[in-house]
Amino acid sequence: MFTLQSESEGLQTLGIVVVVCSSLKLLHYLGLIDLSYDKIEDELELTTVCYRPEGLEQLEAQTNFTKRELQVLYRGFKNECPSGVVNEETFKQIYAQFFPHGDASMYAHYLFNAFDTAQTGSVKFEGFVMALSTLLRGTVHEKLRWTFNLYDINKDGYINKEEMMDIVKAIYDMMGKYTYPVLKQDAPRLHVEVFFQKMDKNKDGVVTLDEFIESCQEDDNIMRSLQLFENVM
Amino acid sequence: MAAGVAAWLPFARAAAIGWMPVANCPMPLAPTEKNKRQDELIILNVSGRRFQTWRTTLERYPDTLLGSTEKEFFFNEDTKEYFFDRDPEVFRCILNFYRTGKLHYPRYECISAYDEELAFYGILPEIIGDCCYEEYKDRKRENAERLMDDNDSENNQEGSMPSLNLRQTMWRAFENPHTSTLALVFYYVTGFFIAVSVITNVVETVPCGTVPGNKELPCGERYAVAFFCLDTACVMIFTVEYLMRLFAAPSRYRFMRSVMSIIDVVAIMPYYIGLVMTNNEDVSGAFVTLRVFRVFRIFKFSRHSQGLRILGYTLKSCASELGFLLFSLTMAIIIFATVMFYAEKGSSASKFTSIPASFWYTIVTMTTLGYGDMVPKTIAGKIFGSICSLSGVLVIALPVPVIVSNFSRIYHQNQRADKRRAQKKARLARIRVAKTGSSSAYLHSKRNGLLNAALELTGSSDDEQHISKSTSLIESQHHHLLHCLEKTTGLSYLVDDPLLSVRTSTIKNHEFIDEQLFEQNCMDNSMQNYPSTRSPSLSSNNGGSTSCCSRRNKKTTHLPNSNVPATRLRSMQELSTIHIQCSEQPSLTTSRSSLNMKSDDGLRPNCKTSHLTTAIITIPTPPALTPEGESGPHPTTNISTTCSNIVKVSAL
Repeated sequence: MFTLQSESEGLQTLGIVVVVCSSLKLLHYLGLIDLSYDKIEDELELTTVCYRPEGLEQLEAQTNFTKRELQVLYRGFKNECPSGVVNEETFKQIYAQFFPHGDASMYAHYLFNAFDTAQTGSVKFEGFVMALSTLLRGTVHEKLRWTFNLYDINKDGYINKEEMMDIVKAIYDMMGKYTYPVLKQDAPRLHVEVFFQKMDKNKDGVVTLDEFIESCQEDDNIMRSLQLFENVM
Repeated sequence: MAAGVAAWLPFARAAAIGWMPVANCPMPLAPTEKNKRQDELIILNVSGRRFQTWRTTLERYPDTLLGSTEKEFFFNEDTKEYFFDRDPEVFRCILNFYRTGKLHYPRYECISAYDEELAFYGILPEIIGDCCYEEYKDRKRENAERLMDDNDSENNQEGSMPSLNLRQTMWRAFENPHTSTLALVFYYVTGFFIAVSVITNVVETVPCGTVPGNKELPCGERYAVAFFCLDTACVMIFTVEYLMRLFAAPSRYRFMRSVMSIIDVVAIMPYYIGLVMTNNEDVSGAFVTLRVFRVFRIFKFSRHSQGLRILGYTLKSCASELGFLLFSLTMAIIIFATVMFYAEKGSSASKFTSIPASFWYTIVTMTTLGYGDMVPKTIAGKIFGSICSLSGVLVIALPVPVIVSNFSRIYHQNQRADKRRAQKKARLARIRVAKTGSSSAYLHSKRNGLLNAALELTGSSDDEQHISKSTSLIESQHHHLLHCLEKTTGLSYLVDDPLLSVRTSTIKNHEFIDEQLFEQNCMDNSMQNYPSTRSPSLSSNNGGSTSCCSRRNKKTTHLPNSNVPATRLRSMQELSTIHIQCSEQPSLTTSRSSLNMKSDDGLRPNCKTSHLTTAIITIPTPPALTPEGESGPHPTTNISTTCSNIVKVSAL
């Protein structure tokens, strides 16, 4: 049958090819390798977390909002976050829509950390509404404490210059590139210096909560501006 | 800022507290909300379907109808809801726009209906979301084409062509051969010569008998002179045609770059190059190659055949699919050629001498041609060869449906355009009938009113009611409006109704010297004299008027003392010119030359009080009788004079 060497060579080639293919199939069957192309479909989100807040009465008791206000707030919240929780991405997107000219992502990041008191990575409606209640309807002390918490990025109880620089730079970023007058390079640093001069009473380079509250209460401008958003709802 | 996140504005403002300690300057005052209302539900009743939403939802877009105070116009006090008498289906999309900030276009909706609704609610179509924007644009383009077609055809029908200069006329003739007979002749002549040229090229190579010397000559060499003359004639025609097109083209640069002109140039170039080149041995090879390009003359037929153009367009639009087909075929050919070469390498006297040599075998096998000039001899070669032919069928079959569907889509588009053109006549006739229908309704009711009034005068008021009931309130109001217009201008609408004579005959029995009676009788008389009185005025159809005039021309009898050349009246093709006439006193002694009012004191008040201007004028009104100054209800003598002064009517 095999008259020529070459013909047997050809058949040998064929045999090798067949053996290789079948071993690949066997490995795939055993699950050691994966020959399928579309891997994306395998990683489906099996559970879309859907969270519902506690009852309206409870929230009303815990916050300083009326039922109607809570309803309006929840409707807006649910519109943007149908799953009931807002994660940092969504938070940044929403906040960025209010500041189209600049880059609000850093400030939104700090804000998110301030809202997310438990550091879970997502903010539920209760947390959202309680923070808002503090900011809009809380006492001056509460508001200042919340602001201190915002500035204290690593939550160690002290605000140092680096943290303040980050915050101030994030705020300046929100303005965008096209400002008048054009932002100077050291403007944030100067701003931070001014801030520290005002706030740091004992000049130890960090600002504690008490220093912060005390200094703010001394400043009329700050006191007045804290009342600015009283009737936002 | 998207409307949806407007609800988060309080949050953003609250978060601004974080800036306060950092700020150096005092903050501006916050805007206070005057008359802040609690958010309330609004009921929108659209044709019975009730939609409800929050007021603030609607106020997100204050420059639309629903977002502004404009909706107060639609507020119904009794039911405390906003009522819109519009389509509820489309309203669903519009309300969703307020809710989600995205406007969608439903596919089942008619594009013009949708556009109308959007315009009503004050929403710009540009904000349609990306998901639906393509579909919307496509449908809108189709609609625009359809409208343009209609407009073009209307322009053509009216015959009101702006005077084109020679260039534009020529270009139009070239592009559309049906515009004039000359263009059609030109079209067929060029087509004929293209065919002649192509057949010449073909016949040139046919062997045409032998010459002593045992050599078979192709016809081209045997009758070289004849073929040369034929070729020259064709090229002359083509050259002239090309130059004329070049001259007539509105944008010469664009024309020269277009495909058809390139084909033209390529078709005639070889001849001229052949003229220029001598019978030099070196370049004769290239010369022969050039003659191949003469076959491109066949592509000139694409101007004559639309199917060819569609095919070309399809191939162009399927370029990517064709490219994919080519690429995949190439890949497969290389793979299989390599495999076959190595499989057949050892076999003796194998034709598979190299991989490129195996390409031929692979192509022939994959396209299932199977010439049989190269066959594998080894078993492995045969196995791989069979795999090759099986896979060839699959690879080629894959892109074909895509190309076919493209072709069918383009073909159907063209079909639609043709169908539209074919139905255009029917469509326009339908529109015309609708127009005449409405105006004849008016005249019908006017006659009824006339009858009513006449009956009133006679005192038989019982009959009047049952006649007027036939028209609805809206119709009667509309007719009243038209009537007022008639009164204002002192003219009236032309009526064409043989029935009128029947009606008026009933009134003739009552002998009134009333103005309207005169008019009626006049009309009646004119009807009798010219029973084929047509009213060209009811439609803006020029054809009608021409027929009217032509008919009238036949029955002209000239007034002995008429100074007005009849042609002056007859020449009025335009239905827009109106000559005032008010009084149709039979005592009018003047001739038609004075188209102004001639007042006869006695009857003047009658003119003012007559409310039915049924005296109607047709364009050339050849009265049969001379105007005699006589007052009295003698229908046969005087009435025609009154008609004569009445001039034209304009269509409403």
